[in-house]
Amino acid sequence: MIAAILGGETQVFHDLIRPHEPSVYLMALSYMKNEADAEDVAQEAFVRSFRNLASFRAESKFSTWLISITLNEARTRLRRKMLVRMDSLDTPPDEDQHVSPALLRDWREIPSEVVERGEIRKLLQDAIACLPDIYRQVFLLRDVEEMNINETAAALNISVPSVKVRLHRARMMLQKQLAPQLKAATQQSRRRWFPWS
Amino acid sequence: MVIDCKHIWNFISDYIDGTLTEEARVDVQKHLEHCEICSAILDSTRNVIILTADDRVFELPVGFSERLHARIDLELEEYRGDGVKQSP
Repeated sequence: MIAAILGGETQVFHDLIRPHEPSVYLMALSYMKNEADAEDVAQEAFVRSFRNLASFRAESKFSTWLISITLNEARTRLRRKMLVRMDSLDTPPDEDQHVSPALLRDWREIPSEVVERGEIRKLLQDAIACLPDIYRQVFLLRDVEEMNINETAAALNISVPSVKVRLHRARMMLQKQLAPQLKAATQQSRRRWFPWS
Repeated sequence: MVIDCKHIWNFISDYIDGTLTEEARVDVQKHLEHCEICSAILDSTRNVIILTADDRVFELPVGFSERLHARIDLELEEYRGDGVKQSP
């Protein structure tokens, strides 16, 4: 597809980027924290990827390259707007910080159907939004966008061990916050549906 | 080898991803067989990962694709109309 676009069939670019729209938007949103700015960043990232397509090297994956462009665009915008101090974006929090999970004696699996409920989606979105930036980025790429460890490391320009450490912390933080909340929310709804139980 | 719970928690993520060494995996597995708390931590972490990865959690804003492709069309038009441009 890329060869065709570079060869002049520029309309093919529409098809090339369609599968990547959710991941680019999500990564932009994770930095910008509001939908309008995230959409601007995502659009700009796609436009930049078109303008720079000739410099794309086939040894990396297009998705990884696209995410790098998105993150650069988001960082540039944030610097320009001075919305946040840059050290909160670039300096990792204490990497030795230990994260303890929520201790639960039993866990009854919560089925995916609960995601249909708006308040459950909000719980999940808020918990991810509350993660420190460096943990959220790794979590979104690995567990939401399902990139592998090497792709995640390349997209974020960090080492593979850093991806593993940050992913572990992100997962533990989310378990700590979400497991009790999800348990309570699904138990409440069970009681609501079956008042005699 | 006896491993305490706090030690096991450090391995949960790699255990889920299947990236532990065989020796560590067996140790974690043995611990999980008799530890209700660590089993619940593992199960709930897996469950949280599955729920957050659901496509319905993060959806594109309404009209996102239409606006994006309209913008791309403008860019393509500009590119086609500008013979001086070197790339793509």
